[in-house]
Amino acid sequence: MREVAIVSFAQSVHARRDPRNEVEILMPVVHEAVARSGIERPFDFTCSGSTDFLQGQPFAFVLALDAAGAWPPIAESHVEMDAAWALYEAWVKIQTGEADTALVYGFGKSSPGDLPEVLSRQLDPYVLGPLWPDAVSLAALQARVWLERTGRSERDLAEVAVRSRRDARDNPCATLAGEFEIDKLLADPYLASPLRRHDCAPISDGAAAIVLAAGERARQVCERPVWIRGIDHRIEPHALGARDLASSPSTRLAGEKAGVGRGPVDVAELHAPFTHQEWILREALGLGDEVVINPSGGALAANPMMAAGLVRIGEAARRIAEGKARRAVAHATSGPCLQQNLVCVLEGE
Amino acid sequence: MAERCAVIGIGQTHHTARRDDVSIAGLVREAAERALADAGLDWPEIEAVVVGKAPDMFEGVMMPELYLADALGAVGKPLLRVHTAGSVGGSTAIVAASLVQAGIHERVLAVSFEKQSESNAMWALTIKTPLQSAIVAGAGGYFAPLIRAYIQRSGAPEDTGIRVAVKDRANALKNPYAHVRDPSLDFDAIASSPMLWDPIRFHETCPSSDGACALVLASERSIPKGAYPPAWVWSTAMRSEPTQFAGQEKVNPLAGRECAKAVYEKAGIRDPRKEIDCAEIYVPFSWFEPMWMENLGFAPEGSGWKMTYEGVTALDGELPVNMSGGVLSSNPIGASGMLRFAEAAMQVRGQAGEHQVDGARTALGHAYGGGSQFFSMWIVRSERP
Repeated sequence: MREVAIVSFAQSVHARRDPRNEVEILMPVVHEAVARSGIERPFDFTCSGSTDFLQGQPFAFVLALDAAGAWPPIAESHVEMDAAWALYEAWVKIQTGEADTALVYGFGKSSPGDLPEVLSRQLDPYVLGPLWPDAVSLAALQARVWLERTGRSERDLAEVAVRSRRDARDNPCATLAGEFEIDKLLADPYLASPLRRHDCAPISDGAAAIVLAAGERARQVCERPVWIRGIDHRIEPHALGARDLASSPSTRLAGEKAGVGRGPVDVAELHAPFTHQEWILREALGLGDEVVINPSGGALAANPMMAAGLVRIGEAARRIAEGKARRAVAHATSGPCLQQNLVCVLEGE
Repeated sequence: MAERCAVIGIGQTHHTARRDDVSIAGLVREAAERALADAGLDWPEIEAVVVGKAPDMFEGVMMPELYLADALGAVGKPLLRVHTAGSVGGSTAIVAASLVQAGIHERVLAVSFEKQSESNAMWALTIKTPLQSAIVAGAGGYFAPLIRAYIQRSGAPEDTGIRVAVKDRANALKNPYAHVRDPSLDFDAIASSPMLWDPIRFHETCPSSDGACALVLASERSIPKGAYPPAWVWSTAMRSEPTQFAGQEKVNPLAGRECAKAVYEKAGIRDPRKEIDCAEIYVPFSWFEPMWMENLGFAPEGSGWKMTYEGVTALDGELPVNMSGGVLSSNPIGASGMLRFAEAAMQVRGQAGEHQVDGARTALGHAYGGGSQFFSMWIVRSERP
């Protein structure tokens, strides 16, 4: 395998409602990531992640090309997935030897629609979709299974929310940050039992971009390149009844393939849009109490759809680049109740 | 150095207006099982799956690959979903090939589909959002002015498009999987069909199809012993440019020219007209055959129509084009690009039956999408790189 490093990362301030359109949100983010990378355009490869269903029109990614800059023409691809998978495709392209540098970006504007209902359109269109079960209700089913299996309490869930939003006070891009009292949170009504509002990720509009470079090229342009030591992704069955919702076998397998257990982990950025999912992911990845989880506040502080997974990779890389961690794990998820998961292991020099 | 990659299995459905007998999952499964059978492999031997399709609104299912994970045997495996507009079928094959070339996987299944009967593509393409230009009246409304510009510039005879349609409809009669297989579609029938978007007549346009295509791509070391000869992937390329800006060349787009140049160079091809035995290219409206002949470097600018006119692109011509009947005869949009790539591979494997080009050893597969702005291409050969 070729050595591939993250040489720069940029993200927008993930607002609850950003008045700008997707291209306007994305363009300064791409410019910032490119400027920080020290690499001149054109990149050998460009790959993005987005979805038409947030924008409410086909070809959402096409106009984003105006933000990325595609003239003269560029070698480019797009996944209808979180941009963490766009990073994976770019990493694969670099592995073939056809590219040494790549620009990766993702964006999503959830505020114009009703996100939990929009996400119900991901479900089996014949059996589940017509019932319109929203994403929060499905996550609540998962949370219930997990609580019953582990004997843990709703207080354990609230603790995740409190910690995440406390940590997010240091994250200028967070949608939601602050000091919250557990007892007050637990006095709130259920959104969908056993989940309350604080157990759910906020609605965020936002974008993120990462620049990758191979081996020597990365060392030339970057003082502290962050190396991708392993990356893998796996998917589970779609039907919720066919899955053990209290665990995440696809995360476990992706973590094994990516080599999470081959060394100590200092920091993990886990893409858990619901509090109970952080617990499930920690267990699947074998992360103990010594691991700092989501110092950025995670998806519970900012959840720009189609970019939030890429943000996890960027945030984990930033900790290494700043010398705050030596080895980090980043995770991205997609689909109802953690159906699909990507795990990436990052290290400094 | 990249690993060698070969196409060892090809499958497709019988493309038709409505497949009410199967779900979306049933449709993709049909193509995938045919590709596996062709490769002599079973589901567990596939290490990763790459899915491609055009806009999700064409079926009204958001990120349908999540729902298709089970039908495509992807559970416990990596599953990628590619979307690069109309070129997506080609891009999907290229992403799958790169997983093998990178040495990450040994055997990868690439699947693409569209089940147009589930929704309405014309509606999905015409949604108007504030501050953005709408693609009015579907793809035909978008491309007709480009064709008119081509005719004006090149002075091509008015019946060039009809001649392309006559040829592709005739080729489709030899392809059991084609959607439009109608022996009554001769020159007069096509010429007298209603004008939809001047100068595009009804029978010069592609149908709306339900259909799927699948490929099994494998590394050299994992090709099963005694397998049918593979098609070797010699080169792949993708290029994109923005939708529109002042002064942009839309008739003969630079992204297409540069993509062709890259794919030829990587395959060691200097004179594409001489060295390529046949080409399966993305022609959703008949006039795009002469336009792409120029864009792909098979003919000098302004003279692509002569290739059609002189029969060069006929099945028994010097450079057969769209041997399968092309997009003009079957258009499950998301799969249309992969069907081009698949036909190129079938030709060099000698697998194309009645639409086989004798002695085809080098073939081009081509797809494009968006507003003539996304391109994907590959060169496959019977010979190992």
